[in-house]
Amino acid sequence: MIDITNRNLKKTDVIFGECGHKDSGKLPILETIIKKEADEIIDEIIESGLKGRGGAGFPTGLKWKFCSMNPVSEKYVVCNADEGEPGTFKDRDILLKVPEKVFAGMAICGHVIGAKEGYLYLRGEYLFMVPKLNAILTWFNAKIKDLGYDFAISIRRGSGAYVCGEETALIESMEGKRGESRNKPPYPVAEGFRNKPTVINNVETFVDVAMIQKYGVECFKKLGTQDSRGSKVFSISGDTLKPGVYELEMGMKLSDFVDEFGDGDTKAVQVGGASGFCVPRKHFAETIIGFEGIPTGGSMMLFNSSRSMYNVLLNYLEFFADESCGQCTPCRVGCQQLVKGIEAVKSGKKDADYLNVLLKLTDAMKTTSKCGLGQSVANPCSSIIGNFVEEMIY
Amino acid sequence: MTEEFLFVKKLVDKHGTHREVLMPILQTVIEEKRFLSEVMMNEIALQLDISPAQVYGTATFYTFLDVENRGKYVIRICKSIIAEMKGKKEIQKALENRLKIKMGETTPDNMFTLLETNDIGWSDEEPSMLINEMPYTNLTPEKVISIINELQQN
Ligand SMILES: Cc1cc2nc3c(=O)[nH]c(=O)nc-3n(C[C@H](O)[C@H](O)[C@H](O)COP(=O)(O)O)c2cc1C
Ligand code: SF4
Repeated sequence: MIDITNRNLKKTDVIFGECGHKDSGKLPILETIIKKEADEIIDEIIESGLKGRGGAGFPTGLKWKFCSMNPVSEKYVVCNADEGEPGTFKDRDILLKVPEKVFAGMAICGHVIGAKEGYLYLRGEYLFMVPKLNAILTWFNAKIKDLGYDFAISIRRGSGAYVCGEETALIESMEGKRGESRNKPPYPVAEGFRNKPTVINNVETFVDVAMIQKYGVECFKKLGTQDSRGSKVFSISGDTLKPGVYELEMGMKLSDFVDEFGDGDTKAVQVGGASGFCVPRKHFAETIIGFEGIPTGGSMMLFNSSRSMYNVLLNYLEFFADESCGQCTPCRVGCQQLVKGIEAVKSGKKDADYLNVLLKLTDAMKTTSKCGLGQSVANPCSSIIGNFVEEMIY
Repeated sequence: MTEEFLFVKKLVDKHGTHREVLMPILQTVIEEKRFLSEVMMNEIALQLDISPAQVYGTATFYTFLDVENRGKYVIRICKSIIAEMKGKKEIQKALENRLKIKMGETTPDNMFTLLETNDIGWSDEEPSMLINEMPYTNLTPEKVISIINELQQN
């Protein structure tokens, strides 16, 4: 592992390491946890301040509380390992290095909400992991059975569809259908998999829960800021000399991040993947990475001054046009028109004013699209066009 | 009894006929046959007692559930912006020249199909590609040619 030199950045080991403790991550915690009351665990997670690590940042303790309060007896736990956001690969490393922590988090969730089955929804691109994960699951499921606890985890696989990372599309896919997002509400905690109450969390979120239970709320809470507690696993790529997966304290300044990971010529950082925001150099110092600033599911793509931001935006828009599920018109047609639109401006077929028309279109998509895919196309568009307008034209 | 009947029958015996098993069944066909033929999809519909349109509709939604002929080795080159920055074009050219096919085509001996795909989760090791389910990363033109040579000897 490459070391961090910037003093304002703090490398942490909540997810991959022992959180400052010596014993291995192999989880003797389940014995104690299943004796604990569900409410106590929920209170601790709420107290820790943990927010979902998949991007949207919903408070995890509250989500579990809503699901646990639901009187329906059949419930499900789902781990979202779809990881389709461009520039994200941290769940890959978590599943390769500490899968037992992920499964422990899911088992804790099962205990809290009263579910008997958990599913790991694994993206098709990570099929190569299945044999290893299944072997660990055989061991893990036997272990929880030995503890007298009625819960088992199995794997459901995706087959290449970014939108299936959206929680309701993921459920449709698990039910054997096209991965088309559902209307919300009802939220999955009320009507999820098989229309039963379901908790869906990101891979990293489940590990955080397991670590909070193992090492205590304080251990987690002392990291990060008021709005962004704990650590975060980042996927760092692009124009950097040390691409890879890094676990850092939440709430860092983007300027410190660039100082550490940039190649000395960083022009912009795309925070949060294609659906996230582009931050230009002039805003590095005032940008906080966290829920109080720009949140990210972990994707951090660095671009130096040799890169064309037009190419970056075009690549993102083609991605959205490919991956739109096509259910609602603003997103289906909007994504295609945006690709055509920026190409027309670049080639001179349309004048620069046309970019404003395109930005209005993304605003309309934000308010009228059914799911987060169509809604978030405005993020890269407004931030890249807004900050690099000359590159869009010339 | 057709080959397709027996193939699907075996899967149905294992998974059951609930709608939820459609994905696992389609995925197994892809793993073993590389693509879903019309005959196969009709057979699946028949044995799961759903309409062929539902099978076709589900299959065509997912990038990896191909409904067109595919070779023994399906190569999917990552086309993310990071892959592009790290030399995706050179990898594509090397593969096209070596296999003498263009993107989207299959070699006449039905050994290789060349496709592009969105981010496969290896932006820290671009350029990258999947061959069937295996990722290959930190690619160079020389490296992809030796990978192809090796597969051809199998
Ligand atoms: C288009 C789209 C793709 C998404 N992809 C993922 C994903 O790959 N992994 C993930 O955890 N969440 C993804 N999400 C967010 C999920 O819908 C959901 O909010 C999340 O899994 C909840 O878990 P968390 O609270 O632990 O973050 C995606 C959302 C959208 C709109
Ligand atoms: S916003 Fe896009 S991806 Fe989401 S439901 Fe509508 S068409 Fe599908």
